[in-house]
Amino acid sequence: MFRPFGWDEFVIIVMAAQWTIALSAIAFAGGAVGGLMIALARVSDFWPLRIAALGFIRIFQGTPLLMQLFLVFFGMNILGFGINPWVAASIALTLHASAFLGENWRGCIEAVPPGQREAATALGMRYYNRMRYIVLPQAGRIAVAPTVSFLVQLIKGTSLAAIIGFTELTRQGQIINNATFSPFMVFGTVAAIYFVLCWPLSLLAHRMEVNLSRATNR
Amino acid sequence: MYEFNFALVFASFDKLLLGAWLTIRLCCAAMLLGLIVSITCAWSKTSGPAPVRFVINIYVEVIRNTPFLVQIFFIFFGLPSLGLRFSPNEAALVALVVNFGAYGTEIIRAGIESISKGQVEAGTALGLSRLQIFRYIVMIPALRTVYPSLTSQFIYLMLTSSVVSVVSANDLAAAGNDLQSATFASFEVYVIITIMYLLMSIGFSGLFSTIGRISFKYPLSR
Repeated sequence: MFRPFGWDEFVIIVMAAQWTIALSAIAFAGGAVGGLMIALARVSDFWPLRIAALGFIRIFQGTPLLMQLFLVFFGMNILGFGINPWVAASIALTLHASAFLGENWRGCIEAVPPGQREAATALGMRYYNRMRYIVLPQAGRIAVAPTVSFLVQLIKGTSLAAIIGFTELTRQGQIINNATFSPFMVFGTVAAIYFVLCWPLSLLAHRMEVNLSRATNR
Repeated sequence: MYEFNFALVFASFDKLLLGAWLTIRLCCAAMLLGLIVSITCAWSKTSGPAPVRFVINIYVEVIRNTPFLVQIFFIFFGLPSLGLRFSPNEAALVALVVNFGAYGTEIIRAGIESISKGQVEAGTALGLSRLQIFRYIVMIPALRTVYPSLTSQFIYLMLTSSVVSVVSANDLAAAGNDLQSATFASFEVYVIITIMYLLMSIGFSGLFSTIGRISFKYPLSR
């Protein structure tokens, strides 16, 4: 007999959201570091670095996230590491986030007027100080809204980790569905939890976008 | 040391091509149907009555804030309990249309809102019918404005469509899964599949920018 979908099953699914959040946090933290490096490489004066970063972005934006997960998952096995969904999902999502954030932030860095950079150079600032004190703080202000909306995309992306056997929200939903066979309730619940996680972020991103465009149009 | 065996993959390359062909057909069909959904929803959202706008807002927000994987699970496993039963390929198409429709609505709405109100009023003053205003004054310029966003949404749709293999629709990713379990050359199979997706997305973005250049070349300003 199937067991019915009751309060306990609901709680199990809700608790699985912590793994979705954890995986999103890891990927976002890793992606922020990687993305900054990619963005800086994209605007670098050294052309091989620019080409390499562009290639990295094109490959990760032009292929499905699911395939990226599979490649890391099976590639780790070939390199002699054990198959571990946690590690594979973290690495794949970090690389994915690095590419998207990198391209996003490159746009923000380029949106800072070139005069700012030239003025900093004229004041005798070297690359590190110029970036650290002049360019990145200004780019950061523009970058917040698109970064938050990418975070929504990333949280949704972590659901694909279910396919390589990582037990997060979606996978837990599948498991509960196999036990209770009430897919309408189970996947409705799973969708609702994702919605509760993502919607506030979407609203926040939208509000920040509106505020920023009002501030820059004045 | 691991020995790569790409020959195994190329031996069944025709199956992969068949899968890629289904992916392309699926995405083109989803885009055409999704565009109809988007244009209808965007038009109602900008000029429809409040209850309609409210319903469309819910549709767009729900789809944009939940993962595609959960959407397709819901459609394939959840809807049969309401009496709506789909074959895997149909479920894939429905899920892709519903997904593209929501994103497309937002994109096209932005395009419609970029048309200034004075243009529509000028059209009314010239005695154009509502349909003519909709077609010539609103829709065509709006679509031209958002054409780049729509095409990148299509590429994104194609990449997302790899997920439909989980409900056993037989697209490119599914052809890869089959080949992988037949040959055990998982890494090689997925490298080839990934390259095929990459080529498809490069090909389509080239195609779309050519189409855009040809079909939208009337002068913007004189």
